[in-house]
Amino acid sequence: MARDNSYDAVMGRKDEIIENATRINYEDYEAGKLSFDYERMMKDTGFSLQDVIRIQRDVGVGNTPLLELRNLTKLVRKISPKGKGARIFVKDEQCNPSGSFKDRRASMSVYMAKKLGYKGVVAATSGNYGAAVASQAAIRNIDCIIVQECYDSRKVGQPEILEKQRKCECLGAEVIQLTVGPELFYEFLKALEETNFFNASLYSPYGIAGVESLGYEIAMQCRDMIGKEPEVVMVTNAGGGNLTGTARGLIKAGAVDTKVYGASVDLSGLHMASDIDFNRKAFTTGHTGFGVPYLTDPDHSDVPRSAARALRYMDQYQLVKQGEVFFITEALAELEGMERGPAGNTSLTAAFALAREMDEDQIIVVQETEYTGAGKHPLAQLSFARQNGIEVKFGNSEEEVPGKNIILPEHPSMIKSRHFDMDKLRHSYIKNAVRKANTKEIEKLDLEFLVKETKSNAEFVEGVLKELGVTVK
Amino acid sequence: MSFDAKKGDWVQIHRIVLKPEERTGKIPEETKKVPLEMWVKGRLKEDANIGHTVEIFTAKRTIKGELVEVNPVYTYSFGEEFVPELNKVGEIVKNIVRGDDN
Repeated sequence: MARDNSYDAVMGRKDEIIENATRINYEDYEAGKLSFDYERMMKDTGFSLQDVIRIQRDVGVGNTPLLELRNLTKLVRKISPKGKGARIFVKDEQCNPSGSFKDRRASMSVYMAKKLGYKGVVAATSGNYGAAVASQAAIRNIDCIIVQECYDSRKVGQPEILEKQRKCECLGAEVIQLTVGPELFYEFLKALEETNFFNASLYSPYGIAGVESLGYEIAMQCRDMIGKEPEVVMVTNAGGGNLTGTARGLIKAGAVDTKVYGASVDLSGLHMASDIDFNRKAFTTGHTGFGVPYLTDPDHSDVPRSAARALRYMDQYQLVKQGEVFFITEALAELEGMERGPAGNTSLTAAFALAREMDEDQIIVVQETEYTGAGKHPLAQLSFARQNGIEVKFGNSEEEVPGKNIILPEHPSMIKSRHFDMDKLRHSYIKNAVRKANTKEIEKLDLEFLVKETKSNAEFVEGVLKELGVTVK
Repeated sequence: MSFDAKKGDWVQIHRIVLKPEERTGKIPEETKKVPLEMWVKGRLKEDANIGHTVEIFTAKRTIKGELVEVNPVYTYSFGEEFVPELNKVGEIVKNIVRGDDN
């Protein structure tokens, strides 16, 4: 009998399809009314950090250079009060085989797929992760399908996503390109079910374990090159996996005093599932449209429980403007001789702003770069923005309105730190967790879980629960 | 009779995945008004013309859709117009960094 492939039927088989495609029974980890055993799920990958490093070395992933950005640091010091201006370093992750840190995630997922006997992998992503999975699948001789949200209803594609499509296809992957909308998940599930391939989810414990090597390398390289650990590691934040894995790696390296900051491009006001807004943004990831929803509700991805739980590890969340990132991207090219893509330059922009407030003897590490080229380059992005009716001009970054204009700062001193209110994020997280559990009474272990999830304390969580009318049994 | 594409050619097809009335609830109005569309590339199963409903072989599946392009090309670039503001940024930062040294 033919399988019912209607939208409702496929979505109804979701849990079964995901379990067959990950071999993880997520229900095993559930506890209390809303908790799950995150650490046990991570441990059950069976990988130690040393295993991760060994597997990655086999496929040319990791061990990327840590570079000091001397001219950018000089620029910071010229526009800061005397004694201020931390040294800025960058982890040059573009040196990975497919050109970004996403190879660390993909290397572990594809390794698992191969080990478990799958003939191929499927990943839902419009970002660098697609190229990373395609590259790793090529190395390990298995097939790869990437499901990508790519076009608006006019079949106009963001140049950055078109570049990623090309790269995936040139690495031998099949790319399913879709117009805007969350029903992408339906095509993704169908691809998994019809091929019996592995779900190389961005949010699986394998992928996140793969990023731990990045945090570990930063700590070790800083000790070696500078003789100390960095005060701050700045991480571009979207789905939260980059920050989660890096922070876990830093902890495993013993760098427990290093603060981990997230950075996203402020795209407030634009709706991510809007056919109209889709091409009115100059950043396709690393922005608040992913960052905030994933921080406050990590479990709405392509797996029931995400291993990317950034709110557990984030000390501060910095927002930058689109125009500021383009400014810093150009500064990196012309002052440091490095052309790099938008994702790493988002955290670099936040680091630039923060370095102005830090002392000269302090260290800030920007933990990734990505490759750039046609489609990803500011020339392509700003030209595309103009074509879509976005005004591009010099001015005051504070006046930038996503979807209306992109304002390049007139002077680098206008690039300033903007801290997102962490307690507001924590509040939203607790509210979402309770709403999804659909309960007015939680257990003591749920309270402990919420404290860990929000990197807060019992008093804070109890305060929010009281406000929500939820009691702890 | 000659066809636009021969069996085995590398082609792109297009398909409507969901009609507007089949789209799910939690999306903005402007998205709900348009279909969810899909494009994918593969090897053509039989000779056909552009616009025909065809089948292609992909990684592991046979997928049906309307033939839209043979040997599809990549058309994105470094932008259709130059953005001189970027040069200006370079000048601004270099002037500051090199200012006192020169």
